[in-house]
Amino acid sequence: MKYLSEYRDPELVKEFINEIHAITTRPWTLMEICGGQTHSLVRNGILEMLPDMITMVHGPGCPVCVTSVSIIDEAVFLSEQPDTILCSFGDMLRVPGSKKSLLEAKAAGADIRILYSPLEAVQIALKNPDKQVVFFAVGFETTAPANALSVVQADKIGLNNFSILASHVLVPPAMEAILSDKENKIDAFLAAGHVCTIMGIGEYFPVAAKYQCPIVVTGFEPVDLLQGILMAVRQLEKGEFTVENQYARNVKREGNQMAQDTIHEVFGISDRIWRGIGNIPQSGYEVNDRYKKYNARVKFNIDIPFAEENKECISGDIMKGLKKPKQCPNFGTKCRPEHPLGAPMVSSEGACAAYYQYANTDTVLA
Amino acid sequence: MCLAIPGKIIAITAQLDDTFRTGRVSFGGIQKEINLCMIPDAVIGDYVMVHVGVAISKVDEVEAAKIFSYLKDMGEVGELESFS
Ligand code: SF4
Repeated sequence: MKYLSEYRDPELVKEFINEIHAITTRPWTLMEICGGQTHSLVRNGILEMLPDMITMVHGPGCPVCVTSVSIIDEAVFLSEQPDTILCSFGDMLRVPGSKKSLLEAKAAGADIRILYSPLEAVQIALKNPDKQVVFFAVGFETTAPANALSVVQADKIGLNNFSILASHVLVPPAMEAILSDKENKIDAFLAAGHVCTIMGIGEYFPVAAKYQCPIVVTGFEPVDLLQGILMAVRQLEKGEFTVENQYARNVKREGNQMAQDTIHEVFGISDRIWRGIGNIPQSGYEVNDRYKKYNARVKFNIDIPFAEENKECISGDIMKGLKKPKQCPNFGTKCRPEHPLGAPMVSSEGACAAYYQYANTDTVLA
Repeated sequence: MCLAIPGKIIAITAQLDDTFRTGRVSFGGIQKEINLCMIPDAVIGDYVMVHVGVAISKVDEVEAAKIFSYLKDMGEVGELESFS
């Protein structure tokens, strides 16, 4: 393993590892929420360095993994409408829907474009006045300001051929849903740094207090993750449960007010079905009434039947922290990145794909 | 796709109104047009964290360099290449 940047500095890594070993006296289970953190933990071999008494489980913080089968079906439906361009982040294309993925729809002739930014979709709509342009707006709080901004821009320009299919999910309600599950064994959370860059950290205090669960807002580089783990374990060992900010250099307590205002301008809070987990009340964003002409569900009158999820995929148990990827009977056999049965095998931020690509599965999962 | 990548603002390219404020941002040499409206006080020379084409926070130069080198080592800056 090469450690080039300071956040992978071997000396610092060693210091944190030693300190975590020194203070850990009991078994603890920690969940990192963010898929980027999962990726970093697995890829940098951090799981192998932690004391045996510390178990990391991998939460639902990857939008690719939690977008429900029904919403994939909606996106496929939209892509198949005449004179319609469906724009999406690239990671979403291979996620299986109930009948097909967007990639399969594209192969069959649908005009599906992979974009880096939702604002590019607004430009595409501007240049293609005879086409309907729909942006598949997935993401957590980090991505919500950009998706909301695309609607504000379209409205300012007066576009009639732009809309978004919102599949937004929110972190704090998901944490609560996981903590309310009687089977959950989670003692502490690492909250996702970039989500808090937008939203601030205020929402986490009631969660930490109600469930007596330490929450440490953490970055995604190896040294950040180790420091976040250390801070969480220190609280656990002392019997404390509060919100701490490991990532203060990028996260202000109040977040980014301008970004929050943009979100609230366009979105209202709605229930959301999470793939593998089910409905979590008040856990998503939907386009509000004021901007409903930009809501693809309203505009195209979408009425897709509710789709069951593939029963062979245990991603729900993985994202709730009840199981590890290797405990899925299909892991690496029927389900591989080239042929994913479930969404966590699609994105490199999905736990299954991360384990498949990087983990020495025998030592990490032993 | 949830990544935020640090870059340096090298020009303010449009300032039509508060939703169309854009700048040219350099990510280790790769230059992109980025929306700056979430960081109203950002000026040329500032470093910003950029997520899906929108700057979401300011960072200092040292922090930006550290994060960028980490992301580069991890092969995570490729998504910028495809985007103009
Ligand atoms: S290995 Fe595949 S089938 Fe099993 S939980 Fe992961 S994504 Fe689902």
